[in-house]
Amino acid sequence: MVKNIIEVRNLSKCFDISSKNPGLKGTLKHFFKRETKSLKVIKNINFEIKEGEIIGFLGANGAGKTTILKMLCGLIYPSEGSISVSGFLPYRRKDNFLKNITLIMGQKQQLIWDLPPIESFYLNASIYDIDRHEAKRRIKKLSDMLEIEEELFIPVRKLSLGQRMKSELLAALIHKPNILFLDEPTLGLDINAQRNLRKFLKLYNKETNATICLTSHYMKDITSLCKRVICVHNGSISYDGKLDKLVKKLSPVKEILIVCRSEKDANALDNAGYIVKSKIKNEITLKIENKYVSSSLRTILNSYDIDDLYINEPPIDEIIGKILIKKEYKL
Amino acid sequence: MIKNKYLVVYRKFLHTSFASELEYKTNIIIDTITSILSLVGSIFLLSIFFQNTGSIGGWKFEQALIIQGIYTILNGITNTWFNPNLREIVTHVREGTLDFVLLKPIDSQFFISLNKINPSGFLEIILGVGLLFYCIKINQINVSLSFFILCLITIFCSICILYSLWFFISSTTIWFVKTWNATEVLRSFLYIGRFPITSFSFSLRIFFSIFIPIAFITTIPSEVFLGLNQLWKIILQIVISCVFLFTSRRFWLFALKFYSSASS
Repeated sequence: MVKNIIEVRNLSKCFDISSKNPGLKGTLKHFFKRETKSLKVIKNINFEIKEGEIIGFLGANGAGKTTILKMLCGLIYPSEGSISVSGFLPYRRKDNFLKNITLIMGQKQQLIWDLPPIESFYLNASIYDIDRHEAKRRIKKLSDMLEIEEELFIPVRKLSLGQRMKSELLAALIHKPNILFLDEPTLGLDINAQRNLRKFLKLYNKETNATICLTSHYMKDITSLCKRVICVHNGSISYDGKLDKLVKKLSPVKEILIVCRSEKDANALDNAGYIVKSKIKNEITLKIENKYVSSSLRTILNSYDIDDLYINEPPIDEIIGKILIKKEYKL
Repeated sequence: MIKNKYLVVYRKFLHTSFASELEYKTNIIIDTITSILSLVGSIFLLSIFFQNTGSIGGWKFEQALIIQGIYTILNGITNTWFNPNLREIVTHVREGTLDFVLLKPIDSQFFISLNKINPSGFLEIILGVGLLFYCIKINQINVSLSFFILCLITIFCSICILYSLWFFISSTTIWFVKTWNATEVLRSFLYIGRFPITSFSFSLRIFFSIFIPIAFITTIPSEVFLGLNQLWKIILQIVISCVFLFTSRRFWLFALKFYSSASS
């Protein structure tokens, strides 16, 4: 049985946040008498993550995904509740814990701007007690996996965003962490660079059995990497489970385009009590609940003269996108 | 083992900092010229003060040059280590890159205090040492082993006090986010350290001894140079530097508990 590597119990986090009214009056008031209020951004959440899992945290901007990630890696102290990561209390940031994890943020960088990435890799290697020979071996292996070579010797400031992100990944993985926290790692990358990054993460997970916790607004990242997702809404977990179940939950119907031999059959189908999305001459599109799809199709094929039919799954990206667009979406 | 690791990492810091700085040759040349001109200007200013008077606060021009020498060394250390590193704390906090520092298995204070150096500050240190050697000659100071040890101890304590003050102010960034001005004020106060503390009024002397101990930073090492040192002052300076170092360390660890990281 695969053990839990992350356990979160009744976790909450409050931040003191000040608000400011617009205009000069608001600015002066904000300067002299700042109104702060305690805001509970994470509310009593519970979940476990098993070793080797790739988990996607989904939610609209400001839902609390990054705060959860930062509490898991020990950057932020929780206000209430407990977190255990690899058996450690993250916020104590013990060396043995830090050697096990890494955090990659798509919008922040740790590489030394004026130097080639290779210099940052060796610096990180020395911080993680990795000798030069071993560091060289790991750099070679990871650069092969990431398909970067010449870029390692070019100053970071002259690299493209995609090349820089690959180098950031290499810098963050040189110590072979067991747990990867990725906060929007594909942010700003072009389609090819995104695909390469996903390919690498899959490979890394397969080769090392590392646990990956990922937040991303690119649905392709989630759909191609994560079997399980945790949906965060207003600081609470609104869904924790398999991605395909979520998709079924969010999209309980399938669209079936039926091409009848005659318009008469199409008209008959129109009046048969099904939910009709559209009808053009002998082509009719029906919306049928997932659980009735097979029985309905059997009846339709036996009762009508059908020339052709197509079952359309709604695009998964679109479905998950609903969670991000509609903040009040009920799961 | 741990000591060895920190030495290895520091060597890497030195290497990467030098390499980064050498990327911009013109900047190094400008910094070098600025250092030389700054020292010449300071000595010129000092000579103007002494033009119409034999001594200020009981210090002759030749003796005041010692303070200038120590100030130049401290300024060099400030420009080499404190300025490039401690100023960065504000940026680290504002932009959230402190996250990367805190998630490394290394002491965060060590990392943010020493990860960069500005090599052009070395020239100031060399110029300061050179000026001190010149002062030894013109003031006919007897050089002995105990003299050297005492000088090194008092200068080291001065560095510790200055570092602690600067680090303490920079740590408040965790709450206030922008504290550049406060560190600039500290630098301005350090300029005062170019003059003997006895040249100020009694109230200012108290202020610069207790609240911002500039007196301990330049005057005590200078008194050691001139053989005017009193043991209790040296012991007091050692105690003060230990208290400052300890307090700034505890304050940093306390501040980190309130670090909320920048939003993504």
